[in-house]
Amino acid sequence: MDDLATIAALRAGDEAVFAELVRRYQPMMLRVARMYVKTPGAAEEVVQETWLGVLRGLDRFEGRSSVKTWIFRILVNQAKTRGVRDQRVTPFASLEGDDGGAAVDPSRFEPGGWWAAHPGAWTQLPAERLESKETIAAVRDAIAELPARQQEVIVLRDLVGLDGAEVSENLGITEGNQRVLLHRARAKVRAALEGELT
Amino acid sequence: MSDLTCRELVELVTDYLDGALPADEHARFDRHLDMCEGCREHLDQMQTTIRVLHEAGRAPEPGEVEGLDKVLDVFRDWKREQP
Repeated sequence: MDDLATIAALRAGDEAVFAELVRRYQPMMLRVARMYVKTPGAAEEVVQETWLGVLRGLDRFEGRSSVKTWIFRILVNQAKTRGVRDQRVTPFASLEGDDGGAAVDPSRFEPGGWWAAHPGAWTQLPAERLESKETIAAVRDAIAELPARQQEVIVLRDLVGLDGAEVSENLGITEGNQRVLLHRARAKVRAALEGELT
Repeated sequence: MSDLTCRELVELVTDYLDGALPADEHARFDRHLDMCEGCREHLDQMQTTIRVLHEAGRAPEPGEVEGLDKVLDVFRDWKREQP
């Protein structure tokens, strides 16, 4: 079912279509909400408010973004509002994300800018290793330690799976800025994985 | 345009993967990759990192959704309010 058909079904009050959307997105929504609010209970409330916002906004949905992007935009707004109220996040966070750090430790390069020693390919690592509980946990820990803006971008881009234009629109930042934040975030997760995998 | 160094290349990986580099920069990136095994390995590490991130984001199996009942109540209340 495409997005416009989904919206039409929801407007017509089709509960099965709604339940399917909830099954598909709710776990991810809870995870995103938890970045902004203190408790699992608060995250669940934010997600419920988001679904209500989705239903109440059905008449305003024009199909300019995907349904998924639209849902996550409402979610991020709800979660931020709630986070500010609970004093978990500061509104209008400064651009802390661009911390100017290098993507790779500068000591890994020779003075001329070439690799001092090859980083090593990970292609040979077995999929079971990459998808193991330990590896996933290491990634989640690394994300939890990122500055808030980097965390928002990497979760929406690489965990939720929105594209760059969608993420920059959702967070109200430029695409270029979004990519800078994403690059810093991925670089730190890569470094954490290097410690875990090699 | 001068050749990229490895240290410069690692800062451009996300732009490269997003297709956000200007054509000449993109070509310069590709030229460097062709001759540099270390950077091919680094790119592989970044792509593997993204794969693991996708994996970390994968939702649990359908049927495991917490709070579905409460959300369906929200839906039913909303539906009742509709004209």
